[in-house]
Amino acid sequence: MTSMILPPKQPAARRFVFVAMVLACVVLSPLAVLSGYGLDVITEIMIFAIVAVSLNLILGYGGMVSFGHAAFFGLGAYATVLISTRYDVSPWLGLAGGVGTATAAAIVIGAFCVRLGGVGFFMMSLAFAQLLNSGAIKWRPLTGGSDGVGGLLRPELFGFDLSDAGPMYLFTAAGLVGVLLFMRMVIASPFGHAMVGTRESSLRMDAIGYQTRRIRLAAFAVSGAIAGLGGALYAFYNGFVSPDALSFGMSGMILLMVILGGKGSLLGPVLGAGLFLSVKNIVSTHTSHWLLIVGCIFVACVMVCPDGILGFGKRLFRSGERR
Amino acid sequence: MDLFLTQLLNGLVYSVLLFLVSAGLALIFGLLGIVNLAHGSFFMLGGFVALSVTAATGSFWLAMLLAPIPVMAVAGLIEVVFLRRLYARSQLDQVLLTFGLSFILTDVTETIWGKGLSSLQEPQGLREGVSILGNVFPAYRLALLAFGFICAFAIWLVLERTRAGSMVRAGVDDARTAMGIGLNVPALRTATFAIGGGLAALAGVVAGPLLGVFSGIDVEVLIPAFIVVAIGGLGSLRGALIGSLVIGFADTLGKAYIPGVSMFLIYFAMIGILLVRPYGLFGQDPAGG
Amino acid sequence: MLRLENISKAFGSLVVSNSVTLDVTAGQRHTIIGPNGAGKTTLINQIGGQLSPDSGKIFLHGQEITRLSAPLRARAGLARTFQKNTLFQALSVFENVRLGAQAAHGRTYDLFRSWRSDTGVLAQAEQAIEQMNLGRIAAQPVGKLSYGDLRQVEVAVALATSPTVLLLDEPTSGLSPSETAQMIDVLRALPREISILMIEHDMEVVFSIADHITVLYYGEVIASGAPRNVADDPRVQEVYLGAPQ
Repeated sequence: MTSMILPPKQPAARRFVFVAMVLACVVLSPLAVLSGYGLDVITEIMIFAIVAVSLNLILGYGGMVSFGHAAFFGLGAYATVLISTRYDVSPWLGLAGGVGTATAAAIVIGAFCVRLGGVGFFMMSLAFAQLLNSGAIKWRPLTGGSDGVGGLLRPELFGFDLSDAGPMYLFTAAGLVGVLLFMRMVIASPFGHAMVGTRESSLRMDAIGYQTRRIRLAAFAVSGAIAGLGGALYAFYNGFVSPDALSFGMSGMILLMVILGGKGSLLGPVLGAGLFLSVKNIVSTHTSHWLLIVGCIFVACVMVCPDGILGFGKRLFRSGERR
Repeated sequence: MDLFLTQLLNGLVYSVLLFLVSAGLALIFGLLGIVNLAHGSFFMLGGFVALSVTAATGSFWLAMLLAPIPVMAVAGLIEVVFLRRLYARSQLDQVLLTFGLSFILTDVTETIWGKGLSSLQEPQGLREGVSILGNVFPAYRLALLAFGFICAFAIWLVLERTRAGSMVRAGVDDARTAMGIGLNVPALRTATFAIGGGLAALAGVVAGPLLGVFSGIDVEVLIPAFIVVAIGGLGSLRGALIGSLVIGFADTLGKAYIPGVSMFLIYFAMIGILLVRPYGLFGQDPAGG
Repeated sequence: MLRLENISKAFGSLVVSNSVTLDVTAGQRHTIIGPNGAGKTTLINQIGGQLSPDSGKIFLHGQEITRLSAPLRARAGLARTFQKNTLFQALSVFENVRLGAQAAHGRTYDLFRSWRSDTGVLAQAEQAIEQMNLGRIAAQPVGKLSYGDLRQVEVAVALATSPTVLLLDEPTSGLSPSETAQMIDVLRALPREISILMIEHDMEVVFSIADHITVLYYGEVIASGAPRNVADDPRVQEVYLGAPQ
C-alpha cells in the first residue's frame, strides 16, 4: 500500500559510500594542488557558503526575504573576536560565544520580524541589521568603531595549528560539510516540510493547526545560528572584524550568493558563493570597476536566470531532452 | 531657547529633505508595487549633476532646474528596460534588480565625478542669516523649508486636483481595473518612476549645501527614507509626510540632546511603531482585513 | 458538538452576521443555505478563526473557542475547506495531505528525523487520500491539477487532520455534474464520528446529504430544521422564489 503513494526511496547505503568518496576527493584535492594563497581563497569561499546556506534556509525554504542577514554573520564574528581577545579565553570559547550570540539575537530579532510578511519582513530585518551596524560604529570602547577590532589568533586543533592554511582549510571544509549534512536533515524533517508549507500558504497552515509564527521564528533562529557559525569562522580566518561585516552591502552580497546559485536547493548557495567570490577575486585584480560588475551580475541574474544557475542549468537540460 | 529653536528648524529642514525622497519612494511603491533600492542613487546623481552645472554656469538655480532632468531620463529608462518585465514576478526579484542597479549607478557616478566629498555652494543671497524675533536663522534653511512646503503642496495638488493625479490614484488602488477603464497604466508607471526619481534628484540638489555631495550618500539617505515609508505605511503619501516629520525630528533632536543613543533612535521609532501598527501608520494589510 | 450563540459581525455599516445561533449535533450533516451575500462564508471564517466575531460565543465540544487562534481550533478538532485555492501549490497532493496529518499527529518541531519515519502520519495521510479516491494523482503537484481535483484535495487535507467537526465551504461549486455526484458519494461515505457543517448552493447536493438545514438571509437565520420542514417554510420560499411580502 505504501509503495503506491510514496515516492520511491533510493537505496541508501551504496549512495552514501559514493557521495562520501566524491566528497573526500573534492575536499582533499585542493590540498595537493594549491598553495597557501589558493587554500585561503577557497577557505573564504566555504565560509561564505555556510552563511549563504543559512540564508537559504529561511529564504528558499521558508519564503522569508531577509535583507539583514549580515546581522547574524557580523554578530558571530564580533562576539568571537571580542570574547577571545578582551577576556583572554580560548578562541574555541569565542567561537561558541559567537554562535550563541548570533542565535540569541536571531530569536529576539526574529520575534519582531516574523510578525510581518513580505515587504514588512524585509524592512524590519534591514532595520535591525542597520541598528547593529550603527551600534558597532558608535560603541567605540567595545568594538573599536569603524576601525574594527582584531588580534584574534587562530588556536590549535588536535595538535594542528590552524594558523597554517592547510589545517584551517580542512577545519572550514569540515564545518561546511557538517552544515550541509545538517541542512539536508532539516529539509527532510517534519519541521522542514512545515517550513515549506508556511512558505506556500500560511493561511492554510494556520487552518490545519500549525502555529506559523512559531515555525517561522524557529527557522529564523536556526538560520541565525548557522550564520553566526559562519561569522565565527570568518573571525578565525581574518582575525579581525569591522562594521562592514554588519553592513547593508554585506547583506546584499549574501543574498546575491543565494540567488545566483539558486534558492531552495541544498547546493545552490554553495555554488553561488563560489562563483561570486571567484569572480570578485579575478576581477578586482584587473579593474577598479568591481561595483559595476556586481551590479551587472545582479541585473543579469534577475533578468536571465531568476531561479539561479542551478535552475538555469536544469531548464537547459530539460529543453535539451525534449529535442 | 535659541538653540532649541535652531534645532527645531534643523529638524524641519531634515524632514523636508526626507519627504522629497520618501514621497517618490511611496508613490513608486503604491503604483508599481516596487521597493526601489536605487532611490538613494537618484538622490546622489542629482547632487553630482548639480555640481557640474554650477561649475559650468555658476548658477545654483539653474542646477536646481536642470539636474533632475537627466536623472528622470535615467529612471524612466530603467522602468522601460527592466522593471516593466518584472511586475508579474516576485518582490524579491524587483528588490534585487534595483539593488543591482544602485551598484551600477554608484560605479558610473564614481567614474564620472570621482568619490570626493564636495559641497555645493548656497545660492547668492541666501548665504546670510535672517533675523526673526531676535533669533538669527540661516536664510538657506528657511528658503529650503518654504520650498519643501511648496513641493508638498504641489504634489498634493497634482494628485488630488488633476486628471493625471486621479489616474495615478486609480492605478494605486487597482492597476487591473484602471487598465480596464482605459488608462494607460504602462505610461503612468514610467512617468511615476521618472517623477519619483526626479524628486529624489531635486532633494539631492537642495541638500547639497547641507549634507555635501559624495559617493555613499545614496545609502545614507536611502535607509532613513525606507524607515520613513515603513513608519508611514508603504505607498501612502500622507504616511510619507508624517513619517518624515517623525524621523526628521527624532533624528535631529536626538543628536542634539541625547547624542549617546541618537544613532539608534530612528530604528527604535520604526520598530516601536511597527509593533503597534505592523503596516505603518497609514498602511493597509495587503491581505485585506 | 459545535454551537454558535448570538454571533454578530459587521464590516462598517454592513452587517454580515446578525445574532446567529446554531447547533451542530454529533454526527449531524448540517447545511447552511442562503442567497449570495447572505454571509455564509463570513460565518465559516468566524467559526474557523480566520475572522473574529464582534460579539457572541462559539463552543466546540462544550469548550468556548471564541478567542482561540485558528491553529488551536484546528488542533481541537475543527477542520475546514476554503472556496478559493490556498493549497500548497508547489507540493504534491500527497504532501499537501501529509502536512494535514502531521499537524494533528506529528512532531512538527523535530529537525532530526526524516518525514518518512513518522509512520502514523503517513498512514493517516494515506487513509485520507483513499477516502477521497485521490490515489491516482497523489504524486502530482497541486499547481497542475484540474479544478475538480482541487476541490477533492481540499477535503482530503481537512480530513487528514482527523477532525471531529468538518466545515465545508461549497465543496461542489464549479464541479461538473459527474464530479458533483462523486463528491456526494464521498461525503456520504464519511463516518458519523465526523459532524459536518457545510455551505452549499446546489439543492440536489443539499437534499442528498443534509439532515438539518439552516437558512441564512442577510446575516440572519430565518429558518432552521429538518430538510422537509425548511423547504415548506413560507419565509424560505419567499426568499428563494422572490414572492412579494
